[in-house]
This record gives sequence, structure tokens and C-alpha cells, in this order.
Amino acid sequence: MMKVRRLIEDPAFELVTGRDLDREIKDFYSGDLLSWVMSHAKENNAWCTVLTHVNIVAVSALLNLSCIIICEDAEIELATIEKAKKENVNVVKTSLNTVEVIQKMISYG
Amino acid sequence: MNIDFEINIYHEDYHNAGSASSEIKKYLTQLGLNPKFIRKIVISSYEAEMNIVIHSLGGKLKLDIIGNHIILTSIDKGPGIRDIKMALTEGFSTASKKVREMGFGAGMGLPNMKKNSDKFEIKSSPKGTIVRLSWVIE
Ligand SMILES: Nc1ncnc2c1ncn2[C@@H]1O[C@H](COP(=O)(O)OP(=O)(O)O)[C@@H](O)[C@H]1O
Ligand SMILES: [Mg+2]
Repeated sequence: MMKVRRLIEDPAFELVTGRDLDREIKDFYSGDLLSWVMSHAKENNAWCTVLTHVNIVAVSALLNLSCIIICEDAEIELATIEKAKKENVNVVKTSLNTVEVIQKMISYG
Repeated sequence: MNIDFEINIYHEDYHNAGSASSEIKKYLTQLGLNPKFIRKIVISSYEAEMNIVIHSLGGKLKLDIIGNHIILTSIDKGPGIRDIKMALTEGFSTASKKVREMGFGAGMGLPNMKKNSDKFEIKSSPKGTIVRLSWVIE
């Protein structure tokens, strides 16, 4: 298992906000439809998405996800960052798309 | 045990959306219920909460625990659902483009509530919609 900390050691990923970097990532989930994410993502998943609206924070907190990975350089709203700080949700950004993120994770072994 | 609480939810209040469900989750966790069971309730309450935010003029979520039953009721002030059968169809949504861009409008909210509860009841008129979900405590 890997930690959020390990992810942001890779230059392809940048920490947007988060204090809980020792959280374990247990598998990845990818999706841009909140109802699907809500009913399929599991606790401690890292969630890859291009959604950046403030509601991703509530979803992540409710599901107790380990972090949100905003893919493809999607622009993150300020309100989202502020809410994530308040709710102690880890947010990471990358220029990679979901498939590239997963390929990278596989290459870590 | 006999508890109940109510949380108000406002139309288009996206910033606080999810906080009612978060309160519910906190409460159920304190009761020491099974996390898998809590998950079903939280998925349902989030969908109910978002439906009030997106589709209604405002309303509230109510949680009651009566004996070994948990009852979640969503009540809003309208405008109601014109065709309930249609609304219950997976994928059916009247969400606007703007709302879809935020990741809502998959048309899975009501179907997911039905799937994740032991009992699902819905009533609607132009004056408002009531969704009542219940579970037998596992
Ligand atoms: N509380 C409500 N008030 C009015 N209409 C509603 C309400 N809840 C659901 N609806 C209607 O039912 C449709 C399906 O709801 P749902 O399954 O949650 O999907 P979604 O919210 O993604 O559209 C909505 O698009 C909307 O037209
Ligand atoms: Mg819905």
C-alpha cells in the first residue's frame, strides 16, 4: 500500500491542500458523475476526476477517501480549496489523465 | 431508543451541500453501527439532500430512530415531480447543463435511494415531495 506522501514525491503530482499525508491509498477510483462515485468509490480510495466544484469535497469526506486527484490540469475553484482545508480533505493535482495516473501507479509496482 | 433530528436544506446551496449527510453519518457512527450499513444510509441521504438542493425550493432531512428502525425523511416545498415513474428510471434527469457540469444529473439518485434502503416510499404534488426511506438496524 502507498501513502499520499509517496504520490506527491513524484513531480507529476502537486499537493493543492492536505495535512493528512500519511493516509494510505487503497486502490484508485475514477469518475466524474457524483452519484456513481458516491455509490461505488470505497473508503481510502484515491479518486481521479476532472470535477473541481466544491461538492467533490463533501463526497470525499462522506466516503472517507484518502485523496482527490484532479487530473488534466483542470482548474480548481478557490471555494473548493478552502472547503477542503476546512474538512481536512487531501487534494492533489496533475496534468496526467486518469489512465496515465494508473499507468504510473503500476510502474511503481 | 428514540431520537430524531431535522436539518434544513436550501435551494442551490451548493457550498453547504453534503453537510446534512455528514451530520447523519457522524451521528450513526457514534451509535456504533456497522460501517457498511451506515454507508447505505449515507449514500441515500446524500442523494436526498442533493435532490432538495438541485430540484426543490428547499426543504429538510429528518432522521428518526424508532425501536430497531432508522427512518430518513426528505421533505421539500415543491415544485414536485410531475411523473414519478419516469423520475425513478435509471438515467432520467431534468438537471440543467450547469448542474451536470458540476457532476450531478446522472439520474441515479432516486434509484440509488431505492436500492440502498429496505423500504422506499415517495409522494409528490406541486406543493412538495416527500421521500421516506427506512432500514431495519443490522
Ligand atoms: N425533491 C425533488 N423535487 C422535484 N423534483 C425532483 C426531486 N427529486 C427528484 N426530482 C426529479 O426526478 C429526477 C430524477 O432524480 P434523481 O434520480 O435523483 O436524478 P438526478 O438528481 O440526477 O436528476 C430529477 O431530475 C428531477 O426531475
Ligand atoms: Mg438526484
